[in-house]
Amino acid sequence: MSFINYSSREINCKIVYYGPGLCGKTTNLQFIYKRMNPEARGKMISLATESERTLFFDFLPLSLGEIRGFKTRFHLYTVPGQVFYDASRRLILRGVDGVVFCADSQLTRVDANEESMENLRVNLREQGYDPDRLPLVLQYNKRDLPNVASLAELHALLNRRNVPEYEASATTGIGVFETLKAVIKLVLIDLKRGGRQ
Amino acid sequence: MSQGNLILREPEYEAFLSILRKLLADASAKVVFLVDKNGTLLASVGDAVGFDTTSLASLAAGNIAATGGLANLIGEKEFSILFHEGERDNMHLSVVAERLILVVVFDRRSSVGLVRLRVRQATARLAAVMAVAVAASDAEQGGVEELTEADIESLFK
Repeated sequence: MSFINYSSREINCKIVYYGPGLCGKTTNLQFIYKRMNPEARGKMISLATESERTLFFDFLPLSLGEIRGFKTRFHLYTVPGQVFYDASRRLILRGVDGVVFCADSQLTRVDANEESMENLRVNLREQGYDPDRLPLVLQYNKRDLPNVASLAELHALLNRRNVPEYEASATTGIGVFETLKAVIKLVLIDLKRGGRQ
Repeated sequence: MSQGNLILREPEYEAFLSILRKLLADASAKVVFLVDKNGTLLASVGDAVGFDTTSLASLAAGNIAATGGLANLIGEKEFSILFHEGERDNMHLSVVAERLILVVVFDRRSSVGLVRLRVRQATARLAAVMAVAVAASDAEQGGVEELTEADIESLFK
C-alpha cells in the first residue's frame, strides 16, 4: 500500500528484501547505504542479534528525487531469513509495494532458496496479496563464489513468473543497484496502474 | 495489507495537524506523531527537531506489529496501547482506526494518565478524519496515473 501525501507532495513506497538466511539481504542494504549520496538516504537501522544476524528487520529510507512534482521516498526493509523467524517476516510484508527476492547462488543453498520462495508466496497470500501480481525482482547473489548453480538452473527453480532477474555479488556491489532500480520501476508502474486492487 | 493506496489531501492533512496540535497542548506533551501502520510518517507537531522522524515512524510501526503478533499468540486481536517509560522521556503509542499509530512523547511535566485520557479524546476525531481520507483515496488516484515511463526513468539519471 503506497502512501501518497498530496499535501507535502510525496509518494512513499515500501520495498522488502526477502530470501533465505545469509543470502545477502542486509549486505544489499549496506552497499546501497554506503554508495548513496548522503542527502538521498536516511539512517540505516538494523535490529540484529549480537552475531549480526537480522533479528527483526533492517530499514533504509531513500529519497530519489521528484517526478511530476512528487518527491519519491522508498523505504527498504529486509526480513530475517532464518526459518524460525516466520512470524516476523509476515509482519514486515504488511503494506509492501514490491519485493526483491535475494537468492543464494551456492549449490548447497538450492533447497533453502526454494523453501524461502514458497514461504514468500504463502506469507503474501496470508497478507491478502496475489503473489503472482505483486512487483517482484529476483537477484541471484554470490555469483563470485565457487560451486554456484547455473543461471538456467536458478531461473527454472525460482523464476516461474519470469520477472526481471539479476546476477549479483552484494559484497562488491555488483548487481545491487540494477536490482534496486528494477524493483523501483516495477513499483512505480504498479502505482500508476492503480495498485493491485 | 492489500488495502488500496492511501492518498492524504490538504484538508485531511490540516485536520490531522489541528487534532495533533490540540492533543500536544492538552496532554502537555513534547512531540506528537501520526504514523501509518506500514511505517510512514503522516504528520508531526511539537519540537521534532533532533528526532529522526523517518526512523521513529518505522520503528513505531515495527513495535506495534511485533506486539500485535504477541497479542495474537494469546488470542487477542492486538494490544492497542503501548507505553514505554524512560529516564527522562516516555512514549505512548496507540492504534487509531486500525491503520494509524498515534505516538506521544512526553516528560515529567505530564503523566501517563493525562496522556491516555487526551489520546482517547483525540482518537475518535482522528478516526473520523481518517474515514474521510480513505473514502477520498478510494475515489481517486491522486494524479500518479499520469506518470509516464520517461518520468520514472528520469529518477535514475
